[in-house]
Amino acid sequence: MAETLDLSVYVKRQDDGTAHLDLAIEGIDCAACIDEIEGGLCQLPGVVEARLNYTNHRLAVEWRDGELSPAAVVEELQRLGYRAHPFQARLVEEEETRRAKWLLKCLAVAGFASMNIMLLAVSVWSGNVTDITPEIRDFFHWLAALIALPAVAYAGQPFFQSAMGALRNGRTNMDVPIVIGILLALGMSVVETINSAEHTYFDSVVMLLFFLLCGRYLDQAMRRKTRAVAGNLAALRAEVTHRVNESGEPVLVPTAALNPGDRVLVRPGERVGVDGVILSGSSELDESLVTGETVRRPGTPGDVVYAGSLNYSGTLTIQVTAAGTGTLLDKVERLLESAAAAKSRYVQLADKVARAYAPVVHLAALLTAIAWVTAGASLHDALITAVAVLIITCPCALALAVPVVQVVASGALFRSNVFLNTGDALERLAAADTIVFDKTGTLTLPDMRVANAGKVRPDLLESAARLALSSHHPLATAVAQEARLRTPYEGAVEEAGQGVSATVDGVELRLGSPSYCGASDLLAESLEQEADVSVIAFSRGDERTILYVRQALRPDAASTVKALRDLGLDCRILSGDRPEAVAPIAAMLGIEQWKAGAKPADKIAVLEGLKAEGRKVLMVGDGLNDAPALAAADVSISPITASDLTQAQADAVFLGEKLAPIANTVTIARRAHGLMRQNLLLALIYNLIAVPLAFLGYVTPLLAALAMSGSSSLVTLNALRARGRNSQSTSAQPPQPVSAASALQGA
Amino acid sequence: MEVLLYLIPMALLLGLSGLAAFLWSLKNGQYDDVKGAALRVLTDDDIRP
Repeated sequence: MAETLDLSVYVKRQDDGTAHLDLAIEGIDCAACIDEIEGGLCQLPGVVEARLNYTNHRLAVEWRDGELSPAAVVEELQRLGYRAHPFQARLVEEEETRRAKWLLKCLAVAGFASMNIMLLAVSVWSGNVTDITPEIRDFFHWLAALIALPAVAYAGQPFFQSAMGALRNGRTNMDVPIVIGILLALGMSVVETINSAEHTYFDSVVMLLFFLLCGRYLDQAMRRKTRAVAGNLAALRAEVTHRVNESGEPVLVPTAALNPGDRVLVRPGERVGVDGVILSGSSELDESLVTGETVRRPGTPGDVVYAGSLNYSGTLTIQVTAAGTGTLLDKVERLLESAAAAKSRYVQLADKVARAYAPVVHLAALLTAIAWVTAGASLHDALITAVAVLIITCPCALALAVPVVQVVASGALFRSNVFLNTGDALERLAAADTIVFDKTGTLTLPDMRVANAGKVRPDLLESAARLALSSHHPLATAVAQEARLRTPYEGAVEEAGQGVSATVDGVELRLGSPSYCGASDLLAESLEQEADVSVIAFSRGDERTILYVRQALRPDAASTVKALRDLGLDCRILSGDRPEAVAPIAAMLGIEQWKAGAKPADKIAVLEGLKAEGRKVLMVGDGLNDAPALAAADVSISPITASDLTQAQADAVFLGEKLAPIANTVTIARRAHGLMRQNLLLALIYNLIAVPLAFLGYVTPLLAALAMSGSSSLVTLNALRARGRNSQSTSAQPPQPVSAASALQGA
Repeated sequence: MEVLLYLIPMALLLGLSGLAAFLWSLKNGQYDDVKGAALRVLTDDDIRP
């Protein structure tokens, strides 16, 4: 590293005089890495402890404050062969970790209680048909009550809280009938124990809790795993900016550490890391990742610039601003607020079922009690039977039906490089029938590539690419990606605004504008220009060639669009770029319905129009200008290269250069949705059989226990099919080059 | 059957100690890095190169 990075903002000072830094590490792939990293860092002076978490690839380093600079830690890791990036735990992630731990505690308590109570219950069941004395049975029932009451009070908290929250807002969810069932069963069992009756339901209650908590915990664990990977990826993007300090010197700092009012320096070829106003300097700005517009815009003092713009030609000094009124960012944020409010109206499948289910079940219990009383039974017997109906219909399988499928499906998505941001996205993805793509950065790659690489002589292209390694110009960066040998030529000289040249083996190489390379005549004869193409020329001695640089389509864009169409989705393009740039892309992909030059508000209007036609719209986009559209659509996906604000609005994020994850997502979501409905049906059939039995008074605690565990297992096993077929189909194909796990390892 | 009067509380006590041990290990952070723990056991940390 030529410049040292100022990481002080990430360092946490502790009371005992030590400093603490969390880092996300790339390149960990074996057990030896643990020792190498920890051992290597402990040899640095002042390091107290270095602890690597192999599961989530994060390193915690502590050193005596003042004896070591944080940059030295990163440099030492670099020397050892690992890239390290400062990591700031996001609030959401910490919250999820805490919740997962809490659920695990509840699960442990419920597991302990259900095992011990089952031990007592089985003794009573077998004793009831043989020779148990009433005293021993009472003793066992009292013991069971003693275990069950505190266990339910503790382990039932997640359900109590959720049910209370729903009721307070005047809604019902699946947890309401669960809580009612649990409390009634407990209450009845206690009364029956006091009356030294034959049957109690302590075992059913605690087992029910145990099963439900298993589902909740798995759901939570899956979500936490994806969040951890997403958090690391965010850290690995490692955005840095040159901040100009008081003495006018530029210092390299993480972009996250900047405050409004700071001045930053952006050199040609760098991306602007922050929103701000140009103080001095003039340049051309490529805002394609922000607005979708591929034509460059001149930037002069006083102009507003947005994070994500690429600085082309001159060095700029920018003052960091918070979102001011009237700027694009401000407009986007206002549009976002209204769009996000509209989205929260979606009701999850499980809640829809719960809304219909709870009243029906409670009515059935009431009818049972009335029927038994009118048939001449005692009030006590009538109540017991009514409660038995409630217990047997307590929606254990129903409550597991959806989350278990969600866990298995998000696991399958994770393996195909898609992270879900929201839990209910699967249902909405499955319902989507129209897919709207943004062009720039979504259908095309966010970086520029040489478009005619195949038509240029390979050795000429290789020399051009190696020469391009010496230049920071964005066009040269695009050419440099073609280099197989990544060592720049020695003695390369860059002439500002012209190009770069070097002399190799007595032959002069030049890369730059056509006139600089003496290739203007070539340009004239091959000028069948497309709108978004930039031209760069290369000469080696007398040989000359013209390279076209453009944002290329993602390699599998055409096949993915076709696959999506085969799935019955209507594909459209909605871009902020000019029609001339969108038309060829649309033609190449065979998409007939496209609209160009759309501002954020236009995009929302188009989506609203589609929704008014009764379509369910899946929006795929990455730019800042897409954020409101992503929030306004029924469901949305964005690439990992999208801006933070945009990613936060998307329901799912996909990794890598390929577009295929989108088709996979739709397939997996549809299968998952099918399985959810199947599971709900299974749970319903179970209830149709169980309720009449309970109504007639045939349900004993033994039968309740069997029925509950039976239906829950059936639903869980059915959910596992959400991954089955998929893993077969992917194992038939060659393994994906970049899986989510290897992305973590910096592949 | 008087034997039950102390056998069952004993069984419960054993179960409780298991629960307590689990809760302690959770609090102690034993599950924070499950994959790492599986690999760390292979390194000889008493032999420093």
